[in-house]
Amino acid sequence: MLEFLIKRIATIVPTLVFVSMLIFGLQQLLPGDPAVILAGEERDANVVAYLHQKLHLDDPLPVRYAYWVGGVLQGDLGESVRTQQPVLDLVVQKLPVTVELALLAFAIALAIGIPAGIVSAVGRGTVWDAAANAFALWGLSTPNFWLGILLILLFSVQLGWLPASGYVSPFVDLRANLAAMIMPAFVLGNAIAAVLMRHTRSAMLQVLNADYVRTARAKGLSERVVVLKHSLRNALTPIITLGALEFGTLLSGAVLTEQVFTIPGFGKLIVDAVFNRDYAVVQGVVLVTASAYIALNLLADLAYVAVNPRLRH
Amino acid sequence: MAAVLPVARADAAASTAPAGAWRRAWRRLRRRRGAMVGLVVVVAFIAMAILAPWLAPFDPIETSWSAIRQAPSAEHWFGTDDIGRDVLSRVVWGTRASLMAGVVSVSISLALGVPIGLAAGFAGGFVDALISRITDAFLACPFLILAIALAAFLGPNLTNAMIAIGVSATPIFVRLTRGQVINVKVEDYIEAARALGNPPFRIAWRHVLPNILAPVLVQATLATAAAIIAEASLSFLGLGQQPPAPSWGSMLNVAKNYVDNAPWMAIWPGLAIFVLVLAFNVLGDGLRDALDPRQR
Repeated sequence: MLEFLIKRIATIVPTLVFVSMLIFGLQQLLPGDPAVILAGEERDANVVAYLHQKLHLDDPLPVRYAYWVGGVLQGDLGESVRTQQPVLDLVVQKLPVTVELALLAFAIALAIGIPAGIVSAVGRGTVWDAAANAFALWGLSTPNFWLGILLILLFSVQLGWLPASGYVSPFVDLRANLAAMIMPAFVLGNAIAAVLMRHTRSAMLQVLNADYVRTARAKGLSERVVVLKHSLRNALTPIITLGALEFGTLLSGAVLTEQVFTIPGFGKLIVDAVFNRDYAVVQGVVLVTASAYIALNLLADLAYVAVNPRLRH
Repeated sequence: MAAVLPVARADAAASTAPAGAWRRAWRRLRRRRGAMVGLVVVVAFIAMAILAPWLAPFDPIETSWSAIRQAPSAEHWFGTDDIGRDVLSRVVWGTRASLMAGVVSVSISLALGVPIGLAAGFAGGFVDALISRITDAFLACPFLILAIALAAFLGPNLTNAMIAIGVSATPIFVRLTRGQVINVKVEDYIEAARALGNPPFRIAWRHVLPNILAPVLVQATLATAAAIIAEASLSFLGLGQQPPAPSWGSMLNVAKNYVDNAPWMAIWPGLAIFVLVLAFNVLGDGLRDALDPRQR
C-alpha cells in the first residue's frame, strides 16, 4: 500500500507542476500590459508602477513564474484587486457553502442514480429499463441553469413552497438552509444521477452474469438477496472512483447553479471575479479547484485499493 | 516477392476494411430508431440555422416598446422579451450561435487533440509521458471552470468562448486517441506496414488513424452536445455571445429576471437547448452501438 502511495504521489508532482504552469500562463493571455489591465478603470500611473514591481512584470517569464509559485507554496495566492483581501481568505470564506451544496447534490444523485441503475439492470429490456434510460438521457441533456429556472417557476412562483434565491447558514437556521438549498442541490444532483445510473446499470449487468451470482441463485437464495447482497456490493466499488471524477462536474455545475439561485459560494466568487476583472481571484479559484480534484482522485484511488484486496499486490 | 505479398494484402486490408466497416455501421445505425430520430432532429436544426433569415418572422434584434413581455399569441408564437423582441425569431437565429459553437469547438478539439494523442501513443517513452502529464493537468481543471477562466482572460465574445471550450475539451481527445493508438499499433497490419519500410508519419496517417476514427467520431458527437451546453452556459454567464446578438444562453440570462411575469422567455430557449443536446446525445449513443456492438 505504501509503495502504491509513493508511486501515485510521484505521478501527481509533475501534474501539479503543469497545472501551476497552465494557471500562471492564463495571465499571459491578457492582451497588452497586465498591470494596466489589473489597475482597473482609472489606470493610475502609480498603481501601474506598483503592480509592475509587485508582480515582477519587468523580469523574464521563468523568474516571474518562480516568484508566483514561491508565493503559492507559502499560501499566497495574491490579492483581490476589488476587495484588497487575500485570495486564499476569499476562497476559504466561500468554500463551505459550495461544499454543502456539492454534498447535498451528491446525496441526491446517489439516492436517485443507484436505485435507477439497479432497476434498469435487473429489469433489462423491460419498461423500467427504458424509463431509467430515458431519465439518464434527460439528466445528461438538460442544462442545469434552465432546470433551475423551471424549478423556481414551479416551486417558488406558482406554488410558493420554496425560496427562489438566497442563502441561510445551517448554523443560523437549519430549516431555512435546507429550504434554500434543496432546489439547487437537486439541479446539480440531477446530472450526476444520470451518470451514476448508467455506470451502476453497466456494472450490475456485468456482475449479474458472473459465476458466483449464478451459484448464489442455484443455492436457492431469494432474488432480493442475490441482487442487493451479492451483486450490488461488488458492482458499487467503481462508484468510489466515479464519485471523485464527478467532483469536477459538481464544481462546474455549482458555478451556474449558484448564479441562478444567488448562492454566495465558490462558483459565484469566480463569476463575480471575472466581471470585476479580478484575475488573481480567477487564478486562485482554478488553482484550488484543480488541487482539490487531484487530491480527491488520490484519496479515491487509495480507497479503491483499500476495498479491493486484489489491487494491493 | 513472397515477403511482399502478405504485406501488400495487409496494406490493402487496412485501407479497405474501414470502408466496409463504415457501411456495416451505417446499416446498424439505420436500424436504431432513436439514433435516426436524433439525426433527423440535428439535420432539422442545421436547416433552421441556414434558413433563419427566411424562417424567422421578425428581425431578432428589433425592439418594440409597445410589445414588451407579451404572452404567446397569434402574432408572436413564443411571446416577446423584456424589450419587445420576438422570442421565436431569437430562438431561430440563436440556433446559429449554438450549432457554430458546437461544431467549431469540437473541430478545435479534434484538430489539436487527435494529432497530439497520435504522437503520444505512437512515439511512446518520454514524449508520451510528457503529453500524458500535461493532459492530466488540463483534466484536473473542471471543464467549465477552465473554459470560464480562458474566456475571462481572452475577453468575452462568441469566438473566444468557442476557443475556450475547444481548448478545454482537447485533453479528452488526446487521451482517447492515445489509448486507441496504443491498442492499434501492436496489430499485425501495422507491423506489416512497418516491415514494408513505411515512415512513421505515413503509418500513423494511413494505417493507424483510419482504424481509430470510430471511437473518435462517437466522442466528437457527444462532445458537440457538451459544447452546445458549454456555450449556452458561458453566454448565460455573459462570457459568450454578446447582446443584442441572439443566443439561447444569453436569452436565459435575461429571462431569469422575469420568471414570475414572463415565463415564456425562459421556456423556449431552454427547450431548444434541451432538444438539440438530447438529439446529439441519442445520436452519439446510437453511433457507439453501431460502431462497436460489443458495448451494447
